[in-house]
Amino acid sequence: MTIGRRPAERAGLLFVSPYLLFLAVFSAYPLLFAFYLVFHRWDIVSPPVYVGLANFSYLAGDVKFWRALLNTALFLALHVPLQIVFSMLIAMALAEKIAARGFFRAVFFLPVIISGAVVTILWQKLYATDTGVFNQLLACLGLPPVRWLTSTKLAMASIAVMATWKNMGFYVVLFLAGILNIPGHLYEASRIEGASRWQDFRFITLPLLRPTMLLVVVLSTLGAFSLFIEPYVMTGGGPLDTTLSVVLYMYKHAFMFQHMGYASTVGFALALLALVVVLVQKRYLDTEAHY
Amino acid sequence: MPSTKKLALHLVLVCAAASFLYPFLWMAAAALKPGSEALSMSLWSSHFTLANYAAVFKKIPIGRALLNSLLVASCTTASVLFFSSLAGYALAKLRFRGKQAVFIAALVTMMIPGQLTLIPLYTLIVRFGWIDSYLGLIAPGMMSAMGILIFRQTFMAIPDELIEAARIEGCSELDILIRIFWPLSKPAMVTVGIVTFMASWNEVLWPMMVIREQQMMTMPQMITMFSVGGQAGGELGVELAASMILVLPIAAAYAFFQRYFIEGIATAGIKG
Repeated sequence: MTIGRRPAERAGLLFVSPYLLFLAVFSAYPLLFAFYLVFHRWDIVSPPVYVGLANFSYLAGDVKFWRALLNTALFLALHVPLQIVFSMLIAMALAEKIAARGFFRAVFFLPVIISGAVVTILWQKLYATDTGVFNQLLACLGLPPVRWLTSTKLAMASIAVMATWKNMGFYVVLFLAGILNIPGHLYEASRIEGASRWQDFRFITLPLLRPTMLLVVVLSTLGAFSLFIEPYVMTGGGPLDTTLSVVLYMYKHAFMFQHMGYASTVGFALALLALVVVLVQKRYLDTEAHY
Repeated sequence: MPSTKKLALHLVLVCAAASFLYPFLWMAAAALKPGSEALSMSLWSSHFTLANYAAVFKKIPIGRALLNSLLVASCTTASVLFFSSLAGYALAKLRFRGKQAVFIAALVTMMIPGQLTLIPLYTLIVRFGWIDSYLGLIAPGMMSAMGILIFRQTFMAIPDELIEAARIEGCSELDILIRIFWPLSKPAMVTVGIVTFMASWNEVLWPMMVIREQQMMTMPQMITMFSVGGQAGGELGVELAASMILVLPIAAAYAFFQRYFIEGIATAGIKG
């Protein structure tokens, strides 16, 4: 090492040192402490008690946890496909030569910048059984009111529709960028070959959008796993726990019952599951198309 | 495309756009309507009034919440911009031992699911005695790996000759970062700034964990408690007026800097 480089070496270490401190305190320590907590029972007030694998065995037999996991899986299964289909359709429409593309893009993006708290409160009013706008609309058409948030069959679907509406603009922007990136000569060539619009979509657009698709699937899946504020505000997890999400369940254990060890175990299990699901998605979607 | 098809496409888009705008317009209208009319689907009333907004200010310390939100979001954003660009500069342009390890650590932290560290992080804040304090709200968000990676990438494209020249002039590394690299990286500053400010402004789960006292609540938490806790007395107009107070500042900023918002959030989303 030359002497002339030393000041830069010092500056480099100095410049990253705040981040290293931050990393140690707010990332590494919580990560290690999460491992510690899953083997302990702790109410924050008294000292933690070592319980071995008791948290895990309780988790395995905890009907409510499995219920919450099933609910989260249902939300995922409804939300992710809805998100992909609608944002892709809108992006394809916006990719055509249309008037005021910028305006439309901005309108669809609007819910993305609004706090989930507001969107949830707003949709709770729209969904209200007696007075909500949706049921007023149905009444105009002469149809009976629907119990959007109070029916055990519909509540989670209603939440999934709202979440799709809230995040769609973000995914439209991703898909639109992906579609506009596809070289135009591919479509020209297929026009000469006499291909239909559906064949264009099936054999050009869809394969070339694969990287975007993977991104959309992974991001919306991770979002779905952290479902919290929507059921917290709209249903409190009800009716009959049908909208209780895993994060909401974790929150309840930590803050209503002060079960830090068990809440941490629930979070641990959820994070592990999210990781596995995303890895599987990557395995099946991460293949390049070559043209 | 034949013109009938084109017309149909526009028609579909207009309908879709209406379904995205109508809920917000309805909220804005309902917040201005007297109680008896608030439930109506119509966006118009001949009795528009500010009574709901007045009621919000009377029932909850919303002014204080607004101030808390502004303070927390501003401090978080300033801190993220400064410290992320500082580390990003070191990773892009300076040589030091362990540089690669720091870069990899930043990449890895972005992959840790939030659910895993949420509870331990909360217990840490309890132990620091930061419950019901600004520090508890701000400290865990003071730096961002996403910001560091965006700055690193942006700074790498700036030629080394500028640094050499500045060093000969006697500039310190901090001078170089602030006087040369910041002005040359405005798009990255705007992206990281908007994304951080917006995320902080809208965040609701973390404040709900570390804040109990009403005086310390940020806006999203305050309006959530107001709505769930039933303090609004079931008055729809009042509840929605409270929500509008959270929406208006960010919607106004969006109206002016829409392009930056969309591109910034898309960039950060892809990197993150």
